Amino acid sequence: MSLIKETDYGTPAATSENQVTLTIDGFEVSVPEGTSVMRAAMETGIKIPKLCATDMVDAFGSCRLCLVEIEGRRGTPSSCTTPVEDGMVVQTQTGRLKDIRRGVMELYISDHPLDCLTCAANGDCELQDMAGAVGLRDVRYGYDGDNHVKQRDGGGEVNARFMAKDESNPYFTYDPSKCIVCSRCVRACEEVQGTFALTIEGRGFGSRVSPGMHESFLESECVSCGACVQACPTATLQEKSVIEIGQPEHSLVTTCAYCGVGCSFKAEMRGQELVRMVPYKDGKANHGHSCVKGRFAYGYATHQDRILNPMIREKISDPWREVSWEEALGFAASKLRAIQYEHGKESIGVITSSRCTNEETYLVQKLARAVFLNNNTDTCARVCHSPTGYGLGQTFGTSAGTQDFDSVEQADVVLVIGANPTDGHPVFGSRLKKRLREGAKLIVIDPRRIDLVRTPHVSAAHHLALRPGTNVAMVTALAHVIVTEGLFDEEFIRTRCDWDEFQDYAEFVADPANSPESVETLTGVPAEEVRAAARLYARGGNAAIYYGLGVTEHSQGSTAVIGIANLAMLTGNIGRPGVGVNPLRGQNNVQGSCDMGSFPHELPGYRHVNNADVRDIFEQAWGVSISDEPGLRITNMLDAAVDGTFRGLYCQGEDILQSDPDTKHVSAGLAAMDCVIVHDLFLNETSHYAHVFLPGSTFLEKDGTFTNAERRINRVRKVMAPKNGYADWEVTQLLANAMGAGWTYTHPSQIMDEIAATTPSFANVSYALLEEKGSVQWPCNDSTPEGSPIMHVDGFVRGKGRFIRTDYIATDEKTGPRFPLLLTTGRILSQYNVGAQTRRTENVVWHDEDVLEIHPHDAENRGIKDGDWIKLASRSGETALRARITDRVSPGVVYTTFHHPATQANVITTDYSDWATNCPEYKVTAVQVSPSNGPTEWQEHYEQFAARARRIEAAE
Amino acid sequence: MSPEKLTYMANQIAGFFRSKPHEEAVAGVADHISKFWEPRMRAQLFDMLDRAVDGLDPLVLEAAPKIRPVD
Repeated sequence: MSLIKETDYGTPAATSENQVTLTIDGFEVSVPEGTSVMRAAMETGIKIPKLCATDMVDAFGSCRLCLVEIEGRRGTPSSCTTPVEDGMVVQTQTGRLKDIRRGVMELYISDHPLDCLTCAANGDCELQDMAGAVGLRDVRYGYDGDNHVKQRDGGGEVNARFMAKDESNPYFTYDPSKCIVCSRCVRACEEVQGTFALTIEGRGFGSRVSPGMHESFLESECVSCGACVQACPTATLQEKSVIEIGQPEHSLVTTCAYCGVGCSFKAEMRGQELVRMVPYKDGKANHGHSCVKGRFAYGYATHQDRILNPMIREKISDPWREVSWEEALGFAASKLRAIQYEHGKESIGVITSSRCTNEETYLVQKLARAVFLNNNTDTCARVCHSPTGYGLGQTFGTSAGTQDFDSVEQADVVLVIGANPTDGHPVFGSRLKKRLREGAKLIVIDPRRIDLVRTPHVSAAHHLALRPGTNVAMVTALAHVIVTEGLFDEEFIRTRCDWDEFQDYAEFVADPANSPESVETLTGVPAEEVRAAARLYARGGNAAIYYGLGVTEHSQGSTAVIGIANLAMLTGNIGRPGVGVNPLRGQNNVQGSCDMGSFPHELPGYRHVNNADVRDIFEQAWGVSISDEPGLRITNMLDAAVDGTFRGLYCQGEDILQSDPDTKHVSAGLAAMDCVIVHDLFLNETSHYAHVFLPGSTFLEKDGTFTNAERRINRVRKVMAPKNGYADWEVTQLLANAMGAGWTYTHPSQIMDEIAATTPSFANVSYALLEEKGSVQWPCNDSTPEGSPIMHVDGFVRGKGRFIRTDYIATDEKTGPRFPLLLTTGRILSQYNVGAQTRRTENVVWHDEDVLEIHPHDAENRGIKDGDWIKLASRSGETALRARITDRVSPGVVYTTFHHPATQANVITTDYSDWATNCPEYKVTAVQVSPSNGPTEWQEHYEQFAARARRIEAAE
Repeated sequence: MSPEKLTYMANQIAGFFRSKPHEEAVAGVADHISKFWEPRMRAQLFDMLDRAVDGLDPLVLEAAPKIRPVD
């Protein structure tokens, strides 16, 4: 193992198909038209000295170090800003160039501290490298004159140019005395991240990098994505972890365990200590970019709250008792077997984790099917994207996003529905913003004014701020316009879809009841705005839909997904780059956990359990008989538990008590069970009801694969030994074997081989292939050996695309005099899901409690001021949190996040759910808001209960 | 599960299929419940049908004979 260093070509790659041939230092080189001389040189292996250039951002030409001489041209042009031309003859090293470069470097160094030995960037500093490269041997100027380096001058007077180090950001420091004003950070913030938090203030020698309006990093708009730190050639912007630990010595490429973007990172190590996570430039999902979570928020992996020893207890009122693995697994296995003996084989089940690897998820569902001998397996996708599975399965034939992330670069119109990419999927959000800055048009359908609606240099063409719960009416109204105004793509529909079904659908949507004018009273969006948005989507060029949980988490979630698929088929926006239907997946491996057969009705590869041929494949492989009946879904498990017919649960890496709706329903179900096994990093909220706790491992501690929202299978690599002793797949195997399974996997690659052998869409996937290609997008089999960046290219997976009617049925969760407001929920950039990981990092400086966003009118009516404690009550329950007054939400709508267990936002949400999949209706709850003095009785009671439930008996 | 909740879920399914041609709607409801409802839930539904419990959507009643029986 060594430290992986990607080549920096200095300027971004050109995409032209025309090749240009030139000569550099006597070597002939051919590169695409538009390539810079600097990049062309680097591609032949000639490294022209540079400071302000890096291939993550466009050329700038400010450092004057990369000068070259070109035959027939006057002067010494900068190679980063000079495009290649046919027949060009370039010299990169001449006497004149050497003199200029040395002079430039001498000036740089004359205003830079010479503390290299004790500098955190020692060994990883481009300024140091360039001083060496140009042969700088002497600096004649000294620090007596004007400088930014010394706090006081020789006479002890304060140096007004000196700026103190800014340590406000928890993860990196800004030391202005080391800054060479190359603007790389400013450009990374603009071009890569798209936040525009940094600028250069002042002019000439007084030029300084400034976050916001001369603010500290923490107070500025900075989102702490780390792009500036990565771009900085010196120690000016430096990770605090490097300052503390020192430079890493080896690294491995792995995949982030936060959201569904699935960014590739280099885990840079010193021994078994993680020094830093650096986004990997060859990562196909992120191309070298990151967000604050993946880049910095990994501290939970070594947090003191992690439980490292197995624990058991007879009753949930007992304190936990630490025991050996053998005892814990024996205890769990005998309990599960006893339950099955007494109550039948259908009386226990599993919940697989969308945070664990494909291999781990596969084993957990296999545990249910091959060892428990039932189909009682479900996963947290139940509560997020199960309607995507149903909706896209019905219309297109398979449940998957149709595009890769790169596709957005060719989109002309982007329709974002019920998603907040800049918070929820930030790295994709940055790529989307880049495309929008280039001129693509944006339509946002969301009750709340998400950041994308108006952000620097991006402004949505249409923001349809609909009333929560009216997605289906809105999507159908868009289709109405497209059909009645003749904006549909008849040729596409005739060749690719079922024409009769189209005609039936067209007749349905054309009904005046579905017109924007008719549904205006439901959605609250002016009809003309809807018509304009529909015209833009249908006729604006390549149109791509990106959607999130704002679509799925409704009682008509599946219908809305079908409606979205209908829109794409109507307009022919399927099957090529720049278009498509793209569900933005919540968790890192939610796509994978669905692919792996986590649902109770489906074997791996989305094949129903009633399909005898498919059962046969697994019966052969596993040597068991598989049930042809669908198993219980999470909410059904809880209902069955209350009924007494479901009594044992193995829950891996999911906190259903905090994340699932209607907390009281979840706790009643859990409390009714005889054996709840929680397999997790921390004593999460669900563990309060557990009898067995099996400590989990982090993504840094195991091998495996995650599949991101673009179906990309990425490797997860073990960079340190599991602190708890076992990777999660090993724990599941131990549990299975304690129940007599006799599994003998010694490495996750063997599990992947079994997946490939049984699942056609994974047929050619192997660790060897992933090693060779870096990553691959399923389907990957003999017909698409390289994987499939775009799906449904020549035809839909199901054959003909299928239009389905989407009748709007209002949710029964209605506002009234007692509960006049609609609550909708979401998440925030710095926190992730239930916060189990991010709350145990410094990310809490950005968001240490959930707050309720409320419109000024609604707040004023209730006498609520910004920051006041308020009581939030629904038909299900009540909680208290602080108010934030903002016009991001419309009057009548309130919004909160669910990252903190103290808030217990899900005490409020109801048990209404999607008609097809039981995906809970998180996004619509009728509530009342009133002033309050502080936490409710429930919250205080819960806190005491949680503290009691977490007790661990002192070791004897 | 409470009979009210089961009724509610069945009627929600009927609600989606109602806009389709009648025969297709009946088949759709039956197919959906057969494919996605665990036997315990179907058994409870059949039990409620036997007892002629009020509140089930006519489409569910019509689909009932086509729903996969429970062994």
